[in-house]
Amino acid sequence: MDITADYKERGEEAVIADMFETSVFAGVSLSLIAYAAGMMLKKKFKTALLNPLLISIAVTIAVLTAADIDYETYSEGAKYLSWFLTPATVALAVPLYEKWQLLKDNALAVAGGITAGVVTSLAVTFALSWIMGLTHAQYVTMLPKSITTAIGMGVSEELGGYVTITVAVIVITGVMGNMTGEAVCAVLRIREPISKGLAMGTSAHAIGTAKAMEMGETEGAVAGLSIAVSGIITVVFASLFAGLL
Amino acid sequence: MKYLRQFLIILAVSFAGELLNLYLPLPVPASIYGMVIMFTCLATGFIPLEKVKDTAFFLIEIMPVMFIPAGVGLMASWGELKSFLAPALCITVIVLFCVIAASGWTSQLIIRRGGKRQ
Repeated sequence: MDITADYKERGEEAVIADMFETSVFAGVSLSLIAYAAGMMLKKKFKTALLNPLLISIAVTIAVLTAADIDYETYSEGAKYLSWFLTPATVALAVPLYEKWQLLKDNALAVAGGITAGVVTSLAVTFALSWIMGLTHAQYVTMLPKSITTAIGMGVSEELGGYVTITVAVIVITGVMGNMTGEAVCAVLRIREPISKGLAMGTSAHAIGTAKAMEMGETEGAVAGLSIAVSGIITVVFASLFAGLL
Repeated sequence: MKYLRQFLIILAVSFAGELLNLYLPLPVPASIYGMVIMFTCLATGFIPLEKVKDTAFFLIEIMPVMFIPAGVGLMASWGELKSFLAPALCITVIVLFCVIAASGWTSQLIIRRGGKRQ
């Protein structure tokens, strides 16, 4: 196809939109370039506000919206990135195994930290929902927001929440945790590596764990464990809390 | 080849996780079953650490990138989220900070108390 003639006939925008639609790599490349640019900015300016994940998401949404490309088209290529999530979560067992002795020695702290986090998540969500006068369906939509998407979706569905919104708030929680977690830990004087990892994993699931991995291997290992344990404890406790409102 | 062989082992464990997810009536996702299976295999020596370590750490290192599609997916759920955005964001931020404080402080307190006794 003569692309110049095509430009003249239908306008540049239509042709670019076509390319996006037919290319599996265009959207993903854009996301990864934006991520790499975010990494460079973060290195240069050293501020948590320049979070590569957030920058990549924002740039991708902006470009897709400007070019009038819907999410399904983008997802056609981008789903291959998500495809790696299950093997990557399985891979979290490796640092967990390497740090197992340390975690066993601190078993009480790990169990106490995760349980305190889960109960706090559910209780504060209940309190705020009650204060703001949310409906039962809105309340249970918010309940599993701190845990990993695959478990959270199931909890929301089971309790009668809006699953799409649950997924959205889980992702927002994760990205915010990834962005601010390290700074919040510093402000709150949470300095033990185990405690930092527990805080990241329990509050912001796998996206927080990704950040914990950058903070240190102990932080990452314990955050990975927190995803699994806090998710499962939430399944049990959420149904109890659901009856409150 | 080394990386490919390691990746294959991790994929096989992921598949085993999918099977458990399919056949066990528990609300546990395949990835969490997979994590437990991988841990068990490492702990029992069925899979030696060096047979998966390099690829495992590579996957973990690039993990943040895997969440980009989910984040971009917010544009698809925007319509539903919009009407509920203010309370949702408010709860999200407050709960996030409270959970960090609760988990971090509780565990740190227990660790430091234990330390003093020794």
